[in-house]
Formats: sequence, structure tokens, C-alpha cells
Amino acid sequence: MSDAPLVIDGAVKRFGNVQALAGASFELRRGELLGLLGPNGAGKTTLIKAIAGRSRLDAGRIQLFGRPLAPQDPRPQIGVVPQELAIYPKLTASENLEVFGRLNGVSRAAIKDRVRWALQWSDLTERAGEPVRGYSGGMRRRLNIACSLVHEPTVVLLDEPTVGVDPQSRERIYEMLRSLQEGGVSILLTTHHLEEAEQRCDRIVIIDHGAIVASGTVRELIDGDPHAARAATITFVHPLPVERTAITSSLTGALPATATFDEDRKTLRTPIADIAVDLPPVLEALARAGATIADVRFETRSLQDVFISLTGRELRE
Amino acid sequence: MWSLFRIGWINLKRDRVVQALTFLLPVMFFSIFALMFGNQRSVTSRVRVGLVDEDQSDYSRRLASALSAEGGLHVQTTTKTDGTGDTLTRQSGEALVRQGTVPVTIVLPKGLGDHSHVFSTDAAAPKVQLLADVSDPVAPQMVMGLLEKVSFTAMPEALAAEGIGMFERYGGPLTPAQQHSVDTWLSQTQSGVSSPANSSRGAAVGLATEVVNVMQPGKGDGATVAFYAAGIGVMFLLFSCSGAGGALLEEEEAGTLGRLISSPLGMTGVLAGKWLFLTGVGVAQTVIMFTWASLMFHLTLAGHLQGFAIMTVATAAAASAFGILLATMSRSRQQLSGISTIVILAMSAVGGSMFPRFLMSDTMQKIGLVTFNAWALDGFQKVFWRQEPLSHLWPQVLVLSTLAAVFFAAARMFARRWESQ
Repeated sequence: MSDAPLVIDGAVKRFGNVQALAGASFELRRGELLGLLGPNGAGKTTLIKAIAGRSRLDAGRIQLFGRPLAPQDPRPQIGVVPQELAIYPKLTASENLEVFGRLNGVSRAAIKDRVRWALQWSDLTERAGEPVRGYSGGMRRRLNIACSLVHEPTVVLLDEPTVGVDPQSRERIYEMLRSLQEGGVSILLTTHHLEEAEQRCDRIVIIDHGAIVASGTVRELIDGDPHAARAATITFVHPLPVERTAITSSLTGALPATATFDEDRKTLRTPIADIAVDLPPVLEALARAGATIADVRFETRSLQDVFISLTGRELRE
Repeated sequence: MWSLFRIGWINLKRDRVVQALTFLLPVMFFSIFALMFGNQRSVTSRVRVGLVDEDQSDYSRRLASALSAEGGLHVQTTTKTDGTGDTLTRQSGEALVRQGTVPVTIVLPKGLGDHSHVFSTDAAAPKVQLLADVSDPVAPQMVMGLLEKVSFTAMPEALAAEGIGMFERYGGPLTPAQQHSVDTWLSQTQSGVSSPANSSRGAAVGLATEVVNVMQPGKGDGATVAFYAAGIGVMFLLFSCSGAGGALLEEEEAGTLGRLISSPLGMTGVLAGKWLFLTGVGVAQTVIMFTWASLMFHLTLAGHLQGFAIMTVATAAAASAFGILLATMSRSRQQLSGISTIVILAMSAVGGSMFPRFLMSDTMQKIGLVTFNAWALDGFQKVFWRQEPLSHLWPQVLVLSTLAAVFFAAARMFARRWESQ
């Protein structure tokens, strides 16, 4: 049995004729920041709701610290940050934190310290006494997250935590999440920002049509997709002679089948999985064919390319 | 649950518009009703009438004088309402009726004083005419009744003289001694009603009567004020509670409801917390209303505190649960606003918040009992008007408490859509 704090196993959920989840399985490891990527309608929010107890699965199970969870089970170890700004605009930051902390079981004795911590953590101490309706979007986002952390959860679910915020606020939010991770908190977040996921998440789970299509680190995802390998463009000083552009037996072994010359026979584009291993034989073969190399450029495949390759569409379709 | 109370209290404290709608508006409405209806000393207003004396005989002048002194009438004898202008004629008196200035003009025709008035068999004898606007079914009948009364009580000696005349006509003339006794008696009778004011009380002639207030001796019209305080209070309690219940829908849209029901409190706890808060606001609203009524309109609140407290809490609890039920049944704020306006206005009309139930037909009073307005108002009336013992409130308290529980259970059922899907 996995010792991961959160395990999803074979989650299935239908809404009428719509298959929202089709056997999704993954785990959230201790202290990691796991990104859940998927286009609209992929099942991300349904999954988050199921983990939060707001939606009942038709099949499959959810385990929290090794214990199966039913929808009605209390889950104080989980903090859920909704996509909406679920805070009271007429209340101050302190009041919002206090109210949600008490609702989630923080005692009267501890609430003041927890509120103080949350204000410091979210950098809202200076404006803690002002009603939230006067806050900027970024401040409200930070407070929205902080309200889900007052009761010290060990697993945090965030649904699009940085939507609509400026880059500076986004950076601040990820700093806050990183500090949580350092404290041992496990974080699962959904995001539409591929670049963010690439840069911030320890691992990524790609979901589409309710099923997990890939999971792993960014490196693992890119390297694991044969269509997403790195490519090299080799430019020659002079165009290769016509009789030598045909794939000779010496080039056949060195070049992948998908390598292509351009019309002018001045460049060659070939996939390269590992530069150190795959490039030298290609250069040698070209030299034997009489080519003089002028330039070599490498194209790095991105998570976007992997995503499109796996799902057939862009993330924001 | 105290956290939910705190959320509601802070939101209320920081929203002046909601404060005004919750506490100020009902007081204003009630004050208008109390000023209009609560301080009148008689239920029926004085009827304005025009008066034309074409006869100008002693009889007609005395009759006119007695009519002017009659407490139920406001007599106008000139073309202008302030007493200036020309003396009314038949034409100008009719014009007053056509213009709507008065509903009736009384015309004392020429020759009235020369004929018998009570025992007359002469069909050609002049009749007192009431020039009337018959679209008002009450005023002409009322004036006719008062006219009859005044004609008997203002000049009883004339009535008696007519009676003696009829006696002599059919029974033979009086002896001189009898005539002397009758003349003396008639003279005394006339002097006994020489003050026109006596006419209205029938001091010398007529069945002696007096109105005895058995409900609240010495307390004036406090009951009328209590009726409007309760009626307006219950209606606005419903509006406030349904409006505040709509906060649930806003919370659902904003996402805070999801946070609340994800907490250990759960949906039942959330609804219970909201209900408790709304009940508290409802109690405060009613207390403010009745306190204002007590200070400004002489409602005797101090002597009825226990009954008032019982009815206020029971009514507020039922209204709050009803407001939450409406909110859980609605899909949006707009839908809730539409449904609640229709339902609450209908309940208030049928239940007696706008119109006293005791003035309705028996059938309507029975129909009104399907609304909890009716039960609430009956309870308040028992406290403030009939001054019945607290134990007599049990039917009202039982029904209101039961309704609160039923509404809450129904709301809990409808709220399932916000929980696990």
C-alpha cells in the first residue's frame, strides 16, 4: 500500500450521459507540489470536488493517509481553495480568517495565533483590519488561499489559484506555496498555465476526458513522448550535391527515418533524443557524404508540445 | 455555529441599506398606518353633508340647528367649506354633491314645518330630501338614520304634540285640565332639550343608552395600534427573512457556501446557524417596532412583556424558517425575489397583515388560517387586545413552532442540491 498522503484509484463519475471521470488514478506524495493539467471539461474540478467530499464517485476510491474516504467523512487534514474568491467582502481579512478557522475546528485558544500566522504568511498583516472589498485581486487571492490554511491542513487542493492575478502576485503566491511545501504540506493544484506548471510543479498529471493520460516530472513527460523528442537543424555551407541527397547506406544508419532535408538541400532537420549520444554519428555521416557543417541549432520540446501530442489539442481550447 | 452568527452580524452591521430596510422601513410603514387609523376616537369618520333650509320655519330652524350639533355629521350650510360664501340653495347644494365635496345634501323643503312629520298620512306632505351620491352606499343611509334620530330627540315636544294631535283626532279632544297638563309637560320637554348638544345623547327623550368599553377601560385605542404593529411587523418580518435567506444564494454563487458546508458543520449546521441568526434579527426588528409604537403611539408594551416575548420569538422563528425555505427552493436571487414578493403579499393580505381579520367574512377568516400571519396576528391580539392569559397562546405557539420545524425540514431537503452530487 502506498504511503502517499492522497491516493486516487480508478475514480469514475458520470453526470447523465457525460463521463466526467473515467478511471482516473494517481497519488499525491508527501511534500510535493503536483500539477493537474487538462483542458476544459477534462474532469479536474470533478476530481477536486470528489477529494473535497463535494461529489460522490460512482466507482473507485480515495485514500487519505491510507484511510478510505467517503463523501460524508470529515476531512480536517484537507484544505480546499476554490477557484472562486470564497471570502466575505464586508469582513476584514482577520475576521474572514477567524471565521473560517473556527468553522474548521481551530479552538478559541489557538485561533488568534493561527490568524496572525495566516496574515503574515499571506503578507496581509498591514491591511488586516480593512474590509476585503477594498483589496486588490492579488490580495484577495492570497486571502482566499490563507482561509483554507488556518486550520493547518497537511493536504491542500487549489483550483486555479492564480487566475486573474498579475505576475507579481502570482510569484508571491508560489513563494507562499513553496514555504508550505517546506513545512511538509502536500499540494495539488490545477492550472491552465503550462509555463507555471513546468516551472513550479514537482510532478504533473495530465488528465483528458476523465482519464489520466500521463504523469511524471516535466523531464519524464517530455522524454517519455516519442513525438516530443528534441530536434536538431543542421545548416551546411554549401547545398549537398543532388546525387548525395539521397539517403545512402552510410546515412541510413545514422539518420532517423523522420530526418528531412529542405528543398534547397542546405539544411537537415533530424530528431535528437540525446545530444551527446545521437549527434556525433549524424555529423560523422554527413561529413562522409561530403557536407560541410555551418551551424547546428537545437529545438527544445516543451510541455505544451507534450500536451498537444497526448491530447490532440491545446490546453485552452 | 457562533461563527455563522458572527458572519451575519458583521455583514448586517456594515450594510446601512440592509439596516434601513430591516429596521427603519417597517417602523415608517407602521407609523403611517398608526397615524392614519390608530388615533381616531371613533371608527367611523364624521360625514360631511350640505344643508339647505328652504322652509325657514321654527321647526326647520331647530332641526337644522340640531343637525349641525350632531356628532356624526359635519354640516356645511354655505358654498365654501370654511363657512364663508353664499348660503346654500338646492342648486348649489346639488352642485356640492356632484363635485364630490359632500356625499349628501339635506334639503328641508318649504312647508315642512306646517305638516306632521311622524304620524302624517298625507302623501302630498313635503319630504326631507337627501341629494346623494349613491356611489357611496354608506353615507346616505347613515345620514338618514341620524336625521330620524335628530328629528325625534331634538324636538321631542313636536313629536309629542303630533301624538296628542292624533289622539285628539281619533279619541276626542282633551279636557281643559288635560290640555293644561299636556301644555306644561310639552314646555318642560322643550326646555329640557333646549341645548342642541343634548340631542345627540338623547338626554331627555329616547331610550337611554351608553357605550361601555369592556376591552381596555381607560386605554384608548392601543389595540388598533397593536394590530398595525403586529400586522406590519409580521409582513416585514417575512420580507426581511426572505431577503436575508437570499444571502444563501449569494454565498452559493460566491463559493463561500461550499466552504461552509465543507466544514465539520455540514449543511444542517449551516442552515441551523442561518436560521438562528435570522430569528434573532426578526426578534430585534419586532422589538424595535413595538418599542416605537409604545413610545410614540401609546401602545402598552410594559404590561404585556411575557406574551409579547413568546409571540415574537415564535413568529420570528417561523418567518426565518420560511425565508430559508424560499431561498433553498430558488435557483437565483431574481427568482427568489419574484416568488417571495408574490407569496408574502398574498399571505399578508389573506392572513390579516393589511386588513383586520375580524372585518373579513367567516370564509376568508378560515382561509386566512392557512397562513402563519393569521396565527401570529391572532396571538398578538390575544396579548394586547383581549389580554388573555399566557396559557391561551398555546394554539398559536404550537402552530408557529410546528410550521418553523416543517419549513426547516423542507429547506434541508431542497438544500441537498448544494451538497454531494
